[in-house]
Amino acid sequence: MAALSASSPAARAVELWAILEQVPDPEIPVLSIVDLGIVRHVREDATGRVHVGLTPTYSGCPATEVIRASVRAALDAGGFDEAVLEEVLSPPWTSDWLTPQGREKLKAFGIAPPRQSVASPRALRAARTVCCPRCGSGDSERVSEFGSTPCKAHYRCRACGEPFDYFKCI
Amino acid sequence: MSNTVPSAVADEPALAAARLRYVLRLADTSLVLGQRLGAWVGHAPALEEDLGLANLALDLIGQARLLLSYAAELEGRGRDEDALAFLREAPEFANLTLAELPNGDFGHTIVRQWLIDTWQLQVYQGLSACADPRLAAIAAKSVKETRYHHRFSSGWLMRLGDGTDESHRRVQGALDELWPFTAEFFAADEVDELMSRAGIAPALAQLAPAWSAAIDEDLGAATLKRPASLPYPWHGKRGVHSEHLSHLLAEMQHLPRTYPGAHW
Repeated sequence: MAALSASSPAARAVELWAILEQVPDPEIPVLSIVDLGIVRHVREDATGRVHVGLTPTYSGCPATEVIRASVRAALDAGGFDEAVLEEVLSPPWTSDWLTPQGREKLKAFGIAPPRQSVASPRALRAARTVCCPRCGSGDSERVSEFGSTPCKAHYRCRACGEPFDYFKCI
Repeated sequence: MSNTVPSAVADEPALAAARLRYVLRLADTSLVLGQRLGAWVGHAPALEEDLGLANLALDLIGQARLLLSYAAELEGRGRDEDALAFLREAPEFANLTLAELPNGDFGHTIVRQWLIDTWQLQVYQGLSACADPRLAAIAAKSVKETRYHHRFSSGWLMRLGDGTDESHRRVQGALDELWPFTAEFFAADEVDELMSRAGIAPALAQLAPAWSAAIDEDLGAATLKRPASLPYPWHGKRGVHSEHLSHLLAEMQHLPRTYPGAHW
């Protein structure tokens, strides 16, 4: 608590982001929720109370509530137990918000990162090459639009024969 | 919201009631369809389709939760999303009748899904820039997920329609059986009228041509024939349902009704 009163709002913001960067996504634990782009804002209101805005990836993603609970626990442990968690729906989450660092972490974890920007709906329909995260070959085929979690599709590499997950563009 | 609505159009209580009813229609259609799809888990023709249908169900139930939470706030009677989902009786449900019809075979489920996906795409696109910011936010999120649903259902419609004689015969049969229920999509009542005049819901008469064109495009690719339309619409959205909804609810609501307040 001493830290809270002593530090400036800017220093507290840095501290808060650092805490949030330590909260892993429960389904893809190599990614933090900041890497995923689901922390939408961290701000203090006029009374000095901290507000943290979270957005769900997919409406029905079961991880959403786990994430909320983990953020709550991390903030409490960091001395920000007064912080208010807010759900942000607009603008809707997009895979474009995945950080460059997050994309690298996904690839290293064996999940192909989303290929392209979804700025236009046409991008969703366009045929695209998904590179195998293991051997790097672009010769892959989609096994299913839907995979082990709402955010992933199921692919197979024709070059090395391995199945892999692809983080969908949405 | 009242400043966005010309006073000559509707008085506030009528619009408030219409808004609640409208949100419940969207919510219940997603919830009931999600529950139907959930029954495919462990039964789909292949593991990939099992996962696909489960993912669709998850999105639909997620969308229903967002909408039901909003409906609960609009209603302001102390009920939450769970109370609305699990403690209402069939006549209080406002889903489109098509969503509650039994799964049938895989082709039947695909045709039902594709008809509703195509419909929801139009509706959510129309709502994503509407005068109700909460509804617009939910719609903008849902439309991205619904595009994936439509890719799944239209893809299977084409594979089955343009597949073997047997698969073609089955999906054409499902289409003939389910088609009459789509008349309800465009049967505008006072709720639809009030919501579109308030600048919230897209006018059903305007949605119809776009929906119809999208349907014809997919049917052409699937080598299926568009059935003749029947003038008589079902009235699920008015609370008048087929006999199937009560059975679905009995199963869906069993646990919360038997063990009130149960937690995981």
